[in-house]
Amino acid sequence: MTLHNLDQLYRQVIMTYAKHPHHFQSLSADTGQAVTKYNPTCGDLIKLTLVIENGRVQDLSFDGDGCAIFKASASMMTDLINHKSIEEVQRLSQQFSAMMTDGQTSAALGDACSLIGVRKFPTRIKCATLSWHALDELLIQN
Amino acid sequence: MQSRESYSMKECRADFPILNEKINGQPLIYLDSAATAQKPAKVLAKVQDYYQHQNANVHRGVYTLSQAATDLYEGARNQVQAFINAADWTEVLFTRGTTESINWVSTAYGQQHLQAGDEILVSYLEHHSNLVPWQVLAQQTGAKLRYVELDEAGRLDLVDLRHKLNPSTKIVALTHVSNVTGVINPIAQITSWAHQVGAVVVVDGAQAAPHLPVDVQALDADFYAFSGHKLMGPTGIGVLYGKKALLEEIPPVQYGGEMIEYVGLDEATFQPLPWRFEAGTPNIAGAIGLGAAIEYLRSIGMAQIAANEAQLTTYALKKLGAIEGLQIYGPTNGQNRTGVITFNLADIHPHDVATALDQEGIEVRAGHHCAQPLMRYLGVTATVRVSLYLYNTAAEIDRLVASLVAIKEYFVDDFT
Repeated sequence: MTLHNLDQLYRQVIMTYAKHPHHFQSLSADTGQAVTKYNPTCGDLIKLTLVIENGRVQDLSFDGDGCAIFKASASMMTDLINHKSIEEVQRLSQQFSAMMTDGQTSAALGDACSLIGVRKFPTRIKCATLSWHALDELLIQN
Repeated sequence: MQSRESYSMKECRADFPILNEKINGQPLIYLDSAATAQKPAKVLAKVQDYYQHQNANVHRGVYTLSQAATDLYEGARNQVQAFINAADWTEVLFTRGTTESINWVSTAYGQQHLQAGDEILVSYLEHHSNLVPWQVLAQQTGAKLRYVELDEAGRLDLVDLRHKLNPSTKIVALTHVSNVTGVINPIAQITSWAHQVGAVVVVDGAQAAPHLPVDVQALDADFYAFSGHKLMGPTGIGVLYGKKALLEEIPPVQYGGEMIEYVGLDEATFQPLPWRFEAGTPNIAGAIGLGAAIEYLRSIGMAQIAANEAQLTTYALKKLGAIEGLQIYGPTNGQNRTGVITFNLADIHPHDVATALDQEGIEVRAGHHCAQPLMRYLGVTATVRVSLYLYNTAAEIDRLVASLVAIKEYFVDDFT
């Protein structure tokens, strides 16, 4: 078996987030601003709900269905952006995007840096970026 | 008792050069033939040979080379006619694939024949390509789209089907074989019921034509669509079979070169069947490659292919079903089904399963398989799908099963 290659993708920290996601289904449906993103190629679905007050993320949650990478990435993202200002959230989103496209990590991304290994599995990059794309869409709407 | 390897067509594997490839350092085990089939060397050589020795446009030139290309292209049409036992060669239209074939029927036939209040009957088994064209037609004409329910094993509920057939039913659009669960629908039975109420039957044969003997006259199908690439031919070529009387009354879908007779300043007259549907330079190499694929399949025999696949499917269902925590969707016995097997493993997401199998060189499909209504009907968002063809072996199934067991340990036991 050559499953050890998978360790680059499914690191312990990623699997911990995937199994016990943070901010998962924690807000009621009518709270805050919500956006639903769907990946038509694989069926991954995320509903991201944000409460923004005075230019800051006050509360947030995600709901949806997808693989371990998707769940871990969404969970890490919600941890990162909670209580951040919109400017900080935008900067983090750019940093995450730079990491996934160019491989530049940034300490500000914290545990989300563990997702850099996904770059070795090009067909799975969308799993890691879907939640961030949902976030970008919400910020544009805001 | 036969040996396990005789379940497969092991000796034909040498005909498929791609099977020597390595994927992630492992020998390729290709289990996604429902998406597209691998191509035998004879098909590749035939396409190459055409471009190298006979390349010219068809139905154009007075010169020798054009005639040679035309003979090959029209020869392929005759091969398709024999393959599906069409009564007449003019009933075979070349298209880009199943999707285009069905779209031609829904736009050309559907828009001409449907009106508000009419009904189109489909089922929950349909691939999006045999669903979305009918949704749009229903929206455009005011017709109603109705769904045949499935029974507990995931087969068409024939009682429900009969109940929903009525004089308002104008089109019955059904898949011959499900691309998700592999179930074979009793098309001949259904067409006889549908014809009693005056409906025409459109059959999506994309998953059937590569795996079963298909006789459009015995099925009494009004339209039958399939793709070349799923039966070992090139991509971008497909077939729409239609009964001559129906094809003759419907207008062309596209207009331009090749399909015309006389072109005046304000109007033109069109070619007879089948050419009046084939506007522009057709996919000549694709048709020739499809002809070569049909020749290859017929040299083995479709009944033989179906029988071997049924044996391997039964073996795979038994071995997969024995994995604890693995749930198979659809029938779990090998009867009246092809080698398309869809399942989920424990609580591991299908994408994670597919990525892990890929590391073992095992290529499977994960996702919704272009059948979102069926996924919702089954109560899942995604599944893993394994699909077999004549080059697969019991040894490959054994590797798949061993890998799935290891993957379960990796995800479930290592990360708790």
